Amino acid sequence: MFDLDRWQEIYHVLKSNKLRTFLTAFGVFWGIFMLVIMLGSGNGLENAVSRNFADMTTNSVFIWTQQTTVPYKGFPRGRRFNYDNDDATALRNAIPEIKYLAPRIRGGDFFSTNNVIHGLKSGSFSIMGEYPEFFLIDPLNITDGRLINDLDIEEKRKVVVIGTRVKDLLFEKDEEALGEYIQIQGVYFKVVGICKSKRTGEQAEQENQNIFMPFTTLQKTYNYGNRVGFFAITSQDGIPVSVVEEKAIEVLKQRHGVAPSDDRAIGHFNLEQEFRKFQGLFTGIRVLVWIVGIGTLIAGIIGVSNIMLVVVKERTKEIGIQRAIGATPVKVISQIITEAIVLTTFAGYFGLVIGVGLLELVNYAMESSGADADMFYQPGVDFRVAMIALTILVCSGALAGFVPARRAVAVKPIDALRYEQ
Amino acid sequence: MIKIRNIHKSYTNGQNNLHVLKGIDLDIEAGEMISIMGPSGSGKSTLLNIFGILDNYDDGEYFLDGSRILHLNERKAALLRNRMLGFVFQSFNLISFKNAMENVALPLYYQKINRRKRNKIALEYLDKLGLKEWAHHLPSELSGGQKRRVAIARALITQPKVILADEPTGALDSVTSQEMMDLLTEINQTGITMIIVTHELDIARHTQKTIRIIDGTIQEIVKNEAGSQKPEGRSQVRSTKYVAASNVQQKKYEKVA
Ligand SMILES: Nc1ncnc2c1ncn2[C@@H]1O[C@H](COP(=O)(O)OP(=O)(O)O)[C@@H](O)[C@H]1O
Ligand SMILES: [Mg+2]
Repeated sequence: MFDLDRWQEIYHVLKSNKLRTFLTAFGVFWGIFMLVIMLGSGNGLENAVSRNFADMTTNSVFIWTQQTTVPYKGFPRGRRFNYDNDDATALRNAIPEIKYLAPRIRGGDFFSTNNVIHGLKSGSFSIMGEYPEFFLIDPLNITDGRLINDLDIEEKRKVVVIGTRVKDLLFEKDEEALGEYIQIQGVYFKVVGICKSKRTGEQAEQENQNIFMPFTTLQKTYNYGNRVGFFAITSQDGIPVSVVEEKAIEVLKQRHGVAPSDDRAIGHFNLEQEFRKFQGLFTGIRVLVWIVGIGTLIAGIIGVSNIMLVVVKERTKEIGIQRAIGATPVKVISQIITEAIVLTTFAGYFGLVIGVGLLELVNYAMESSGADADMFYQPGVDFRVAMIALTILVCSGALAGFVPARRAVAVKPIDALRYEQ
Repeated sequence: MIKIRNIHKSYTNGQNNLHVLKGIDLDIEAGEMISIMGPSGSGKSTLLNIFGILDNYDDGEYFLDGSRILHLNERKAALLRNRMLGFVFQSFNLISFKNAMENVALPLYYQKINRRKRNKIALEYLDKLGLKEWAHHLPSELSGGQKRRVAIARALITQPKVILADEPTGALDSVTSQEMMDLLTEINQTGITMIIVTHELDIARHTQKTIRIIDGTIQEIVKNEAGSQKPEGRSQVRSTKYVAASNVQQKKYEKVA
């Protein structure tokens, strides 16, 4: 029920020393404002990074070859070697924990010059030989047509999926690319799909310049024989990819006469580990932000509590009068606690609103100016965090009022009445 | 109405122990109007505060309207003060940010009576005391005499059994003091027990009995001529006339039951 007398008293108390009320409120305002800004910025960093991971399956590992560094089985050190199709079969057979295995190969050697031609236009693009599984590991957006499929692999069809940038450079603006033929290193391929990266910034730009063709087609057309450039592997759900990673390296070392102690002959990149590192980093940031934010907030709350103590002392006589004519201790305590809650909640709410507003403003400014979203993307706090912050505020307001309230009723009414400033 | 036996009270200030009340026995009947007199520092206010359950006592017994007042918790004490007692303080002790009407209504607020109802009752009491026009003024806009009447209206609004007044005429000129005493006498005539602390003989003469306290003990109890002229059964009178303690206004009203 709305209790006008209670609010009249709160209004009177807060109004009677405006500067003091303002400064006290500012402490709380600043605490919650900083908390929101820091949490929002942390989220901005995190969003930017996770956008770079895109929809990539994080339990994946990439394995390629380097030079051996340990002599073994009569081979000298510094030897180069290549993976082949049999390695793929061997890996699949030896490691049941594998979910997807995608041998990949890059059409090398023909980078420098304009290797791709369509009509009068030409350009230099990366050519990738892929299995369909690869697109499950590192998904792409298909804007038109389709991806590489199993039949393409089986029949070694001369088809390609091109990135949007490739299309833009090789075709006229309103020219249909799908079904057209482009010439890659002297061989014609039919365009069956157009794809777009799910990432942002530079990474996306590079991916959009890729041309994907069936793995088997690339091997055959450009005389790679059985060669495999590198493997992209994911583990079964619930199994850490490091298990697969270790086993795969062991199998490959054995098959290629690499010393078991040679750690550098086989290159590998574990996305899960990388992802974990980032996650750890952001958890760390978040913990730090909460600690600092709550610390600032506590300083504000202590300010409120202090001021309430002063207010209670100033109003000793008035509270004494109220008690003499029948105000119970519960009434007095709840009045003072309400005052503290009102002060903190109002101030904190402003901090929350202005903090969120500022984040939105930054977001809007970034989006409308097209700023690079590589480092910072969509800063902001979610509704749940805002609610948690508000709850903390109300509770801490109550806490801030509790000590002064207890003090107000601790004195005998007669001593309160006799009190003179 | 009030019965005390062998009441002792000391104040301890660091090393010093000041024995203020040294065994007081007193009986005050319902409807009586008595005064407590004595030199400054003799313990009059201390005794009144014990009556008002604003302070505790060290030893003895205190019965208010038949029930023993001992080790009450603050909540019960607050409820008793609210229902049974009315206070008229020397300094008026009005709440500065509440207007006259809200000040008078405040005791009813603690009885959880809704705002409209309690303000209506408060207005009736202000009207009785000739202050209706001032109902919406803040205490700072009222004269000393007006504030005092607001304080009396606030003491009356819960229809208490006992009114305790500590030097209600202190710092008033003799004419205003007379009017104040007339007002208190009329209130007493409605049946409310009235205990007045004073050090002025003129004031004490208005009451039926004067208790003389010197150095924490009762010296004598004097029956007063004027006070004893009270006709039989006057406390049963249900409808009476208050003389508003104002130089200008004299108001007639019906007592609210
Ligand atoms: N809270 C207190 N602490 C210590 N001494 C007090 C307190 N209240 C009153 N006294 C002392 O007790 C004595 C009696 O005080 P009081 O009852 O106020 O006297 P009176 O009202 O008759 O002038 C005085 O000497 C006064 O100084
Ligand atoms: Mg006194």
